[in-house]
Amino acid sequence: MTARIGVVTFPGSLDDRDTQRAIRLAGAEPVALWHKDKNLHQVDAVVLCGGFSYGDYLRAGAIARFSPVMEPLLEQAKAGLPVLGICNGFQILTEAHLLPGTMLRNDHLHFICRDQKLRVENAETSWTTDYTAGQEIHIPLKNNDGQYVADAYTLDQLEAEGRVAFRYLDFNPNGSQRDIAGVTNEAGNVVGLMPHPEHAVEPLIGTGRTDGLPFFTSILKKLVNV
Amino acid sequence: MARVVVDVMLKPEILDPQGQAVQRALPRLGFEGISDVRQGKRFELEVDGPVDEAALARIHDLAESFLANTVIEDFSVKVEEVAEAAK
Repeated sequence: MTARIGVVTFPGSLDDRDTQRAIRLAGAEPVALWHKDKNLHQVDAVVLCGGFSYGDYLRAGAIARFSPVMEPLLEQAKAGLPVLGICNGFQILTEAHLLPGTMLRNDHLHFICRDQKLRVENAETSWTTDYTAGQEIHIPLKNNDGQYVADAYTLDQLEAEGRVAFRYLDFNPNGSQRDIAGVTNEAGNVVGLMPHPEHAVEPLIGTGRTDGLPFFTSILKKLVNV
Repeated sequence: MARVVVDVMLKPEILDPQGQAVQRALPRLGFEGISDVRQGKRFELEVDGPVDEAALARIHDLAESFLANTVIEDFSVKVEEVAEAAK
């Protein structure tokens, strides 16, 4: 028995297939979920993938956040279901208030696509145990609205509780406050980040490294050992 | 029949790079003397039936939960009478 990990497709999702592939490469079973699904088909974890759900209309993630599938997801995430939000998925999780803060347009107003160096700050979340704290990784970043913002109180709280999960290294690509690339909730089951680990799982493509694969092996280990 | 207008603006402490880009373009276009530009959103809601307190309360909830993200944005709700002749 392996773990079943759901990947939600919204209208405008782009990276659902890449995410399913990454899950398969890690040894788990990907399960396609649809934005209109009213239940999560008994999956053990869920990934909200990148893309431009609903064309980023209103705000990135703001409309997807009210999709039917989000109702059971919110309920179960609060009860401990592991959820990973990548890029647009991270934006959806902040709009749903599962993660604090929000994303603004990149400070330079350009779409950005680059290989980005990150530091893993928290290697204890459900999605990061196969990293070590302080580890430096390279994974692709591609977005328009990636500038992480929150009020000073929230930022201080995130830092104090070790909930800044990933930080941009060497170069802040979008003006994110305190170089924050990703955060986790208090319990460590809900994690969101702007860069794309699912694009860095095979040596042949992307960065030429597999620095993103530990996201998917971490969650597999957690689920199979439970 | 009435129109309710919801204006959504970034909070004053939030950087508005789009507004800044607009502001920086102004001198090039010959507009002088504008020191700051903030860009926001305006929603015009056509309401069926009377815009009473209950309707406004519902629209307030809608604005707070959906039209604005109160982490970064403020909003205001105001009623605009639509003249019958204009329909």
